[in-house]
Amino acid sequence: MSIFDGLKFRKVVSPIHNLDPRIKFIYVIVIFIVAILFNQIIPLLILFFMQLPFVFLAHVQKQWIRSLRGAAFLATFIFVVNILTTYFMSNYTLTAVNVESAAAMTLRFVVLVESFSVFFLTTSPDHLGLALEQSRIPYEFAFAFTTAVRFVPVLAEEAQTIMDAQKARGLELEKGNILKRIRNYIPILIPLIVSAIRRSLELAEAMESRAWGACRKRTNLYELKLHRGDLVLLTITLGVLAIAVYVNLFVSIPTLSSFF
Amino acid sequence: MAIIETKNLTYTYPGASKPSIDDVSIKVEKGEFVLITGPSGCGKTTLCRCFNGLVPHFYQGEIKGEITVAGINTLDHHTYEMAKHVGLVFQNPENQLFALSIEKDVAFGLENMGTAREVMRKKVDLALNQTGIYDIKERSPHEISGGQQQRVAIAAVIAMSPEIIVLDEPTSFLDPLSAEKIFDVIYRLNKEQGITVILVEHRLDLTAKYTDHLIVMDRGTVRLEGDPREILSSEETKLMGVGIPKATLLYQMLKKEGLKLGDKTPLSSEELADEIMEVLSSK
Amino acid sequence: MIETENIHYSYPNKVEALKGVSLTIKDGEFVAIMGQNGAGKSTFVKHFNGLLKPSSGAVKIDGVETTKSSVAALARNVGFVFQNPDHQLFSETVEEEIAFALKNFGFEPKVVEERVTWALNLLSLTQYRKTSPFLLSGGERKRVALASVLAWNPKTLILDEPTIGQDYEQKEKLRQFIMQMQTQKKTIVTVTHDVEFVAECNPRVILMKEGKIVADGIGREILTDPAKLELSSIVLPQIAQVFAKLSAFGFPKDIIDIYEAKTLLLQTKERHSK
Repeated sequence: MSIFDGLKFRKVVSPIHNLDPRIKFIYVIVIFIVAILFNQIIPLLILFFMQLPFVFLAHVQKQWIRSLRGAAFLATFIFVVNILTTYFMSNYTLTAVNVESAAAMTLRFVVLVESFSVFFLTTSPDHLGLALEQSRIPYEFAFAFTTAVRFVPVLAEEAQTIMDAQKARGLELEKGNILKRIRNYIPILIPLIVSAIRRSLELAEAMESRAWGACRKRTNLYELKLHRGDLVLLTITLGVLAIAVYVNLFVSIPTLSSFF
Repeated sequence: MAIIETKNLTYTYPGASKPSIDDVSIKVEKGEFVLITGPSGCGKTTLCRCFNGLVPHFYQGEIKGEITVAGINTLDHHTYEMAKHVGLVFQNPENQLFALSIEKDVAFGLENMGTAREVMRKKVDLALNQTGIYDIKERSPHEISGGQQQRVAIAAVIAMSPEIIVLDEPTSFLDPLSAEKIFDVIYRLNKEQGITVILVEHRLDLTAKYTDHLIVMDRGTVRLEGDPREILSSEETKLMGVGIPKATLLYQMLKKEGLKLGDKTPLSSEELADEIMEVLSSK
Repeated sequence: MIETENIHYSYPNKVEALKGVSLTIKDGEFVAIMGQNGAGKSTFVKHFNGLLKPSSGAVKIDGVETTKSSVAALARNVGFVFQNPDHQLFSETVEEEIAFALKNFGFEPKVVEERVTWALNLLSLTQYRKTSPFLLSGGERKRVALASVLAWNPKTLILDEPTIGQDYEQKEKLRQFIMQMQTQKKTIVTVTHDVEFVAECNPRVILMKEGKIVADGIGREILTDPAKLELSSIVLPQIAQVFAKLSAFGFPKDIIDIYEAKTLLLQTKERHSK
């Protein structure tokens, strides 16, 4: 699914990739808040185009565009639903302002998708795991996250091997009606689950053998330090938030159609 | 004083009808390289897990007898306390590595123990160098070979500076060349660092030459213990289904037919070849 | 008969795993494919039952190209036993596990019953007929996996790393089992890096390195050639190692069998004492 392509990390050397994930995350949250604050199309358009320099700086244009394409279906759905609702609610009339409103709602959704996309495209799982470890979240969760990410490729390979093994015993996954096809996945799921359970047991043994639970205050080999770039981003983020709140409270925003 | 001592150790897994290890009494001296072998199901894996407390703390079940490791009674101490003294390396390389980079994996145990960062850095680098994986320290575990993964597991264990390392069939999944490299690493750790090694293996042709203390188990008990040259020559060992090195077998076969090559029972191809060459040159 | 004609294969991530492999395996042959991890051995044999189709070149089983057949159809004649039995086991009883493939292939219930009994017997699993496969030991689970493949009596048997984690006695039983299958004229292909096991079986040996075949011949020739073995990261079997060190004394280098070694050394002693 192309929308997921837009969330997979890409190993590239860029100033954006090196930024502290915690600061990046604050940035994404602020974008989220600002997008919710406004339902007029002009500020949302500004918000949308504001993401572009980050995308280009991080060299992730291709994947980012793919995520937009993936979001296109839902976006169209949102647009149509908005139009139809307004149409029926206001006695079968449709003004330019209504259309603009619907477009704004759609754009809000797109802005959210693209900002999260940039975040995940430019933050490696290790970096993310490290950020989680050094935040207030209990270590167990950060550990569960990094271990899960670590084993995703392993599980994917195993699933493929299991499918091969059962196909080699005459299992045909494509044949039969919908019920038969679902039943055909039992010989795949059971070995996968059993294997996952066995694997967790072995991992637990290894963890215990390496002093898991030895002390309450765990230390860390790496340390996330804030650099100049992070402070720049933080300043931009807070600036955007400040301007957004001010504009929202004190400035009346014209609609696009009022210009025509 | 023995670094490991067990007296009449008997353990039954929860729900099992009979014990997996029965009345096991062994003594291991500091700095020894011990080899434990025996047919599948003989209890060697269970015994390994007794050394660091996984049995009985992790597996529950019923345990009887005494066991002292590095001066500590494992029955009264948590597994995480034992981890400072005994490192355990398991069979499957993939399921011992959790972090997203090798370096972080090697540091895992030290992080758990709350080690200060500068101290940790030194210990991690030392362990990486001792196992020859320093230059791949930033790779992820999924990108490297099984042999390299096992070396990471060994590094992760020795980073905590234990007095003893126990390895349970560490080369099962590896090809012979990678296996030899692992045994070489282990042997050097034993000879150069003085770390006591307990190795569980089937591949005696590759490992018998490293030890002078061999333990053969069968059905939960210790059947034979002592000098591998004697044990691997005995008929009883062969009957138990233990894989005797071909060089040793050949020596025995020739002796039976009247051709005695030397006094020492060979454990490796080098030793056998040397003995044959001596006999041929002397004539 | 298995024929591969200059096949190339690349994974979806563009890595080329097979770089022009041509091989013919006749009916009834016993072949061991050896080489370092990553040489392409498993990738290669997965072409024999159609699990993988070559990017270029052709794979023919009994004259028919695998691209023209489904995996299920090819599996009827080419049985594949995977390395880890836990990747196959899923049924409630051993009996059901063995019957799985038979049912997939459309055998009649009566025939299924006969075959299951036969397979259980062949691998000494009759006592476990109604047992859950998950309750069995590692070695027993391996036998169940093997039984479930033999049950439909395929002409060809592919064994992927069958000796991993097995003790000496289990390997001996496996070796005898393979000999038994050979007397039944089955074609046997095993992927392995266990030199001692291969030395005892003495099959046709194929060495692979980096997606190509680098050697193809009789066990005793290939396994005693240090130059060839070094190419594929395999070590010499122990008996061969001994004779490699004794080459200065005029001993032949291609000895891998312990009984042959014994006879040779006794003869040498005879000659010396004369």
